[in-house]
Amino acid sequence: MDLEYLKMSPLEKFAFNFKSFFKNLPKKTAAFFKAIPKKLYKLWLAFAGIFVNIGAAAKEGDWKTRLSFGVMGFGLIARKQYLRGIIYLAFEILFILYMVFFGWKYLVKMGSLGEVAVKTVVDPMTGIEKTYYYDNSLLILLYSLLTLFIMTAFVYMWYQNVKGNLLSQQFVEAHMPLPTTKDDFRSYANENYHKSLLSLPLLGLTVFTILPIFFMIFIAFTNYDKFHQPPAQLFHWSGFDNFVTVLGGGISSDSKVFAYTFGEVLLWTIVWAVFATFTNYILGMIVAIMINKKGVKCKKLWRTVLVITIAVPQFVSLMFMSQLLSDQGLVNNLLLKWGWINKAIPFLTDGNLARATIIIVNIWIGIPYSMLICTGILMNIPEDLYESARIDGAGPVRAYMKITLPYMLHVTTPYLITQFIGNLNNFNVIFLLTGGNPPLEMDGNVTTAGQTDLLITWLYKLTVTENKYGLASVIGIFTFVIVAVLSLILYNRSKSVKNEEEFM
Amino acid sequence: MEKKKYKSKKLSERISLVMVYAFLIIISLIWLIPFLVLIILSFRGEQVGISADYLFPKHWSFGNYIKLFTKTKFLRWYGNTMLVSVVVTIIQTVIVLMTSYALSRLRFKLRKPLMNLMLILGMFPGFLSMTAVYFVLKELNLTQNLFGLILVFTASSAMQYYICKGFFDTIPKSLDEAARIDGASRHTVFLKIILPLAKPIIIYTILTAFIAPWGEFMFSSFMLKGDDDKFTVAVGMKSWLDNSTLMAEGYFTVFCAAAVVVSIPITALFIWLQRYYVEGITGGSVKG
Repeated sequence: MDLEYLKMSPLEKFAFNFKSFFKNLPKKTAAFFKAIPKKLYKLWLAFAGIFVNIGAAAKEGDWKTRLSFGVMGFGLIARKQYLRGIIYLAFEILFILYMVFFGWKYLVKMGSLGEVAVKTVVDPMTGIEKTYYYDNSLLILLYSLLTLFIMTAFVYMWYQNVKGNLLSQQFVEAHMPLPTTKDDFRSYANENYHKSLLSLPLLGLTVFTILPIFFMIFIAFTNYDKFHQPPAQLFHWSGFDNFVTVLGGGISSDSKVFAYTFGEVLLWTIVWAVFATFTNYILGMIVAIMINKKGVKCKKLWRTVLVITIAVPQFVSLMFMSQLLSDQGLVNNLLLKWGWINKAIPFLTDGNLARATIIIVNIWIGIPYSMLICTGILMNIPEDLYESARIDGAGPVRAYMKITLPYMLHVTTPYLITQFIGNLNNFNVIFLLTGGNPPLEMDGNVTTAGQTDLLITWLYKLTVTENKYGLASVIGIFTFVIVAVLSLILYNRSKSVKNEEEFM
Repeated sequence: MEKKKYKSKKLSERISLVMVYAFLIIISLIWLIPFLVLIILSFRGEQVGISADYLFPKHWSFGNYIKLFTKTKFLRWYGNTMLVSVVVTIIQTVIVLMTSYALSRLRFKLRKPLMNLMLILGMFPGFLSMTAVYFVLKELNLTQNLFGLILVFTASSAMQYYICKGFFDTIPKSLDEAARIDGASRHTVFLKIILPLAKPIIIYTILTAFIAPWGEFMFSSFMLKGDDDKFTVAVGMKSWLDNSTLMAEGYFTVFCAAAVVVSIPITALFIWLQRYYVEGITGGSVKG
């Protein structure tokens, strides 16, 4: 089948991919779920392996190895592998110090997130009221998470220590030379080079991306909002309350409004992402085709004209556009003066018109990028394809629909997917053009969102102006789920002919 | 008969060519006119609010530019942004290159899981983690601080490995192997063989890293809120637009002047390095 696939023309390949995606969707979903037990079994095997290794170290280890169960790195130091041994030992000491003086007192409070936030005490001597801050729920949650991360790292290090000690013992027993400190250093430029390269990037990633994401997922299960704001107040675990509120199952009328808002914002987010991605893509391609057309002179000049607009920082063009198109902006004023219109066109203040304006301005911003991408690829389409199409009597439109578009779609799918995901989370365009306005209403109730708000800008508003942190986190989690599901489907399509094992 | 047909074909081709030129000219105008308007407005000498109903200034003057540099904090913001940009560019380029090389050339157990992890992390809305990052930085006393902003911008640079890794993948592996046989360490291979060949992608990384802080708004405004000595240009200029008294005083034209000043160096840089940008964007982000 693979061979047949390779023999197809790009057009047929695309059609094949497209068809097979929908044909295989149920089968693949089933396969995905069927694979779960197998994956779990594999995971279990990995775990079991860890315990087998530890057991072996306990059984076969001499006293030096066994002692390093408690004193990390002891066996290594005793066998003169000083550097490694000392690193393990130092790590253990630092870990213990951290837990005793810092980590532990936060970890024990994780269950309650604090008991007393503030106490006001009147000093009996002077009679002055003094405020003491005790538990800060936010810091308790943050630091207990950090502590959990560090504990995980410690467990990993401890396991490596046990394994390493046993290994060095086996080396000695087999009368083989142990790697010296110098060898260790050398290995970090060779077989362990990935550790040297990746440790710093991954540390940053862990502290500034992974830890915060975990933190915000936990926040979704608390009642952290305007009325529960540390340090003056505590917040507490609230189970799935926030999720229920967002989905409209809450008791209060607020919940209904909120669920309605969520639905509206979600719908617009998806409509926006689809329109923004495909209008830019197709129009950009058309511009690229025009510039690439045989006989057009000064190709470089045309391209440069468009590329210059990429270089002007996006925020400048967006803010400038928002000013030009506002109700008292230059465009309206000029049109009024010339008598073309009687009253200002609400480019950015009428819901539907604002949506259209945003999409059009986005086209203006985005076409140069997609034009650049397309130009390179268009040149790779074999000319004889067009030639044979012309002989068969196909006009330019037909040739475009049957050759250019399928070929481009086939080659640029990864780009399209990243664009689509980027647009789902496109903050700048919306925030700088309309700020999400005009406000969205439900039967006269003002909601927290605007008619042009995307999930991401709504999230910003909920956090920065409304201080509804718990609900904002739920929205964030939903956004993630939507993006993840959509990209899983799309990525799956671009890989649909590959091995099913690589589904995940 | 034959000749006539040939001629008519020529004619239709000519017509279509004329139409293409017309299309291109219109497109170019649509793309350039807003920027021309921006430049023209920045030279408007008279102080009218946003409600002016004419384009060309009644008095051409450099007043807005003079005001920009003497009466506002713009120069300071410009310096802030430049500082952040330069430092972010250096750190980010190093991190991206290291990550890409490791993921492209080295084979280790967690390579695939790591790539999947970064793919998944990229799907979380970045702002979601902002509150947590904010409190971490607050504990470190780094909010309303440019160093904190640099930390936020660079800490997760590893996730931008994708395009650069794509480029490294295209460099033939036989080069590495030959050097390894000659006794070079992995480290030497990276520094002496791969990096010199990766010039286009390094320039692409530098260019994108340098431009990003100029346009970034979401994180910067959240981090720097309240201290206008620390603003970046994006945050500062937005603060003018949000201030209706300033707008009534004719700050719109000052805004235009600021926009021109911000755009000039980046545009120059861009035109200079355009070739690499195009190579990077088409080479790394697209695969058959």
